[in-house]
Amino acid sequence: MVAVCLNFQIHQPYRLRTDYNFFCIGRDHNYEDSKTNRDITRKVADRCYIPTNRMMLDLIRKHKGRFRISYSISGVCLEQLEKYAPEVIDSFKELVNTGCVEMLNETYYHSLAFNFSRQEFHDQVLAHQDKILRLFGVRPSTFRNTELIYSNDVALEAEKMGFTAILAEGANQILGWHSPNYMYQPDPCSSIGLLLRNYRLSDDIAFRFSDRNWEEWPLSSGKYAGWIHKIAGSGEVVNLFMDYETFGEHQDKDTGILDFFHKLPSEILRHPDFKFQTPLEVVSSLKPAAKLDVPYFISWADVERDLTAWTGNSLQDSAIQMAYSLEAAVKKSNDTNLIHAWRKLLTSDHFYYMCTKWFSDGDVHKYFNPYTSPYDAYVVYINVINDIKETLKQYEVLN
Amino acid sequence: MKVLMFGWEFPPYISGGLGTACFGLTRHMTEQGTNILFVLPHIKGEKAENSFLDMIAANKVDSSKSRIRKIAPGSKLKYFLVDSPLRPYMVDKTYQAKLEAINKINDRISEVTHRKTTANSVLDLSNTYGQDLITEVARYAYTGGYLGTKETFDIIHAHDWMTFPAGIEAKKASGKQLVIHVHATEFDRSGENVNRQIYDIERYGMDMADRIIAVSHRTKSIIVERYDQAPEKVVVIHNAVMKEAKLAHARMRKGFTEKIVLFLGRITTQKGPDYFVEAANLVLQSMQNVRFVMAGTGDMLPKMIERVAELRMQGHFHFTGFLKGAELESIFSMSDLYVMPSVSEPFGITPFEAMLHGVPVIISRQSGIAEVLTHVLTTDFWDIEKLASSIISVLSHPELAETLAEAGHNELQKISWHHAAREVNNLYKEMLG
Repeated sequence: MVAVCLNFQIHQPYRLRTDYNFFCIGRDHNYEDSKTNRDITRKVADRCYIPTNRMMLDLIRKHKGRFRISYSISGVCLEQLEKYAPEVIDSFKELVNTGCVEMLNETYYHSLAFNFSRQEFHDQVLAHQDKILRLFGVRPSTFRNTELIYSNDVALEAEKMGFTAILAEGANQILGWHSPNYMYQPDPCSSIGLLLRNYRLSDDIAFRFSDRNWEEWPLSSGKYAGWIHKIAGSGEVVNLFMDYETFGEHQDKDTGILDFFHKLPSEILRHPDFKFQTPLEVVSSLKPAAKLDVPYFISWADVERDLTAWTGNSLQDSAIQMAYSLEAAVKKSNDTNLIHAWRKLLTSDHFYYMCTKWFSDGDVHKYFNPYTSPYDAYVVYINVINDIKETLKQYEVLN
Repeated sequence: MKVLMFGWEFPPYISGGLGTACFGLTRHMTEQGTNILFVLPHIKGEKAENSFLDMIAANKVDSSKSRIRKIAPGSKLKYFLVDSPLRPYMVDKTYQAKLEAINKINDRISEVTHRKTTANSVLDLSNTYGQDLITEVARYAYTGGYLGTKETFDIIHAHDWMTFPAGIEAKKASGKQLVIHVHATEFDRSGENVNRQIYDIERYGMDMADRIIAVSHRTKSIIVERYDQAPEKVVVIHNAVMKEAKLAHARMRKGFTEKIVLFLGRITTQKGPDYFVEAANLVLQSMQNVRFVMAGTGDMLPKMIERVAELRMQGHFHFTGFLKGAELESIFSMSDLYVMPSVSEPFGITPFEAMLHGVPVIISRQSGIAEVLTHVLTTDFWDIEKLASSIISVLSHPELAETLAEAGHNELQKISWHHAAREVNNLYKEMLG
C-alpha cells in the first residue's frame, strides 16, 4: 500500500503599520495594522478557509474515514481567526472531531526561533501545543517547524520534546539519489520518523495548477491521480504538503481548484493499493527506509530551499539580531502584553519582506509583501523594535 | 522694473534649496518694488498656495485657455504654471530609473491581491511622468519664446540649467538682457561624471547670458574654470535665510532620551550621506546615548540603509524618508546637532534652517555656505574621523553646543534675503544703465 499524506499549512502574520515612522518611537506602542489584518483574515476566510473546510468535511463524510488529512495552523493565525472569523475555528473543531484530521505542532509565532534561541523555540512550541489542546482538545505528536526549516538538530530537538513524526522538504540537496516517497529516520535520532515533501507533486497543485503556460494545463483529477498511482511499487508514501490558501486564495476558485480537489480522493482511492494517512499514522505504520543525514538547514522556500528567504542579507540579519538581543530583557519585564508584542515581531514574515532576492523567487516574495520595498519593511520593523527597546528601558530591565 | 523669471520649483513644490531660495529672493525683490512674472513647471493636480504671489496658472502654455488670475490684488509677483513633470535635481538617468521603478511597483501593486492600500515608502517614488527629461526641458523652453512675445518686461532671469533654454528663447524673442542664476552646476550634481547634454545646456546658457549670478565664490570659480566664463561677468550673491514665523507648527517631542544627530537633504552622492553613516559608526564606538537620523530620499538611500544594517547600527540609526510640514519642524527641534557633509555644495541652505531652530551645525568645507558662516564647525567631507570627533565634542560639551547655537542664531540675523534681493535689483539697474 502507498499512503497519500496531506498536510496543509495555515498561517497569517500580524502585519505592521507601514506608517510606523521614526516619530512613533518611544511614544506610540500600537504597531499593527489591525484593519489590514482583519480585512485579510476575513477575505481569506471567505475565499478559502470556509469553503475549503466545508469541502474537506464533505469529503471526510463521503469517504467514511478513508480520506484523512492534517493541518498545521500557526498560533498567530489562530488568534486572528478567533478574533475576526470565529466560525472558521468552529469548522476546524468540527473537522478534528471527525477523527480523520491530525493537528500538527509548530512554533506559535511561526518564527525562526530554532535558529536563534533554543529557549524561545521551546517556549513557542509549548505555547502552540497548549493552544491546540485548548482549542481542539488534542495534543499533537507531529512537529512541523516554520517553513519546513529542518536539520539533524531540529529532528533531535523534536525527538527530545517527545514528538513521533517530523516533516521536512524533500530537497534535492539532501535526498541525492534517495526518493522522497519513503519514511526516513533522522541521522542522530532513534525513534522519530521523517516525512519529506514531494515538492514536484505538491507544487503541481500549489503553484502550477492554474498556470496556462504549463504543458499539463488544464490538470484534471484523473490525470493527477494517475501520476500519484505511478508511485506504486517504487514508494510507500507520497507527501503532499502545501499552503491551505492554495484553495481559493493563491488559486482563485474560478481556476476550478476546489472541483479538482473534490474529485481527487475518489480518483486516488480508485487504485486498491492507495490510501490516505495522516503524518502520525504514516510514521506509526512504516519502517524507516534509511537514515538521513541533514547537517545543514533546509526549508521549503524559494529555489534554494535554504534560509536565504529570511536571513543572510544585512537588513534581515541586523533586524533579527536586534529582535533576539532583547529576549532576556523582554522576559524579565514579566509584562505579558510586551512579551506577546515582542514575540509577534519574531514571525518569519517580517524578515521575508526584507528579502532582496528579486530574481526567480521575486514574484512569490512580492505577492506576500505589504511593503513597497524591502527597505521600507526594514525601516518600519527597526522603528518598532526600537520602540520595544524604549519600553524595556522604562521597565529598567535594559540600560 | 519688470522681470520675467524662470524657475523649477517654488513653495509649496519644494524639493530642495532652490525653491526656498527663489521664494526668499523674489519675496524681497517684490517688496523693493520689482515686478516679477515667475514661470514654473507644474504637475496637474498639485495645489499652489502662496498669499504674497499673484498667480498665473496655465495648464498648457500653448493653449488659448491660458488664464491669468489675480489672487492678491496689487501684488508684484505673478506666478505662471507650466504643465510639466520637470523636477529639480533630476537627470535623465535617474528620471529613467524612477520610471522603471514606478512601472515595477505598479506591476507589483496589481499583483498584491492581499492588500489594497497606498503604500508608504521611504523611497517615495511617486510623482513622475513619462518622456525624457531633455524633451521636457525643450518643451519648457517653448514657454520662453511664447512669453517673450506676449509679455512686457525689462529683463530676463533664469534659475539653473533646466530653465536656461527658456531664458534664451525669451531673450531671442524679446531682445531683452538675460541674467542666469547658478544655484548648482553639473559638476556639483554628478562629480566628474558629467552629463554632456546638461553641461552643454549650462555652457550655452552662460555664453548667452549677459550676466551670471553665482550663489558662492566656490560656484563662481567653477563657472570661470569649468565653463570658461570671464570672471567679471560673474557676480556672487550669497543665499540668505528667511526668519519668518516658521516655527508655528505643532511639534512632536521625542520619545527617548538619546541625543539626535541629523542629516537632512537629498540622499545623493553630492550630499555625502555615506560620510555621515561612516562617522556615525565611529561615534557609536565611543558613545551610545545618541541616535542618528537620515531624513530625505534619493538614489543612494537603499545603499545607506544596507550599510547601516551591515554596521549593525539598527538601534541608533533611523531613516524617515522625505519630511515636510510638522514633521520637518519636529525633526529640527528634536535635533541636538545638524551635519551637512556635502561633497560639493554650491551653497546649501539647510544649515540655516537648523540654526534657526537653535541647532548647532557642522558643515563640510566643500560647501558655499561656509563662506558666510563663522559660528559653525567645519570639516573636510572625506575626513570622517574629524567629523566623528566634532560630533562627539558637540554632544559631550553642552557649553560648546550652546555657544554654537547662540552665536549661530545671532549670525543669522545679519544674513537676510533683503540684502541679497537688493544686490540682484542693483545688478539689474547696472545692466539696464
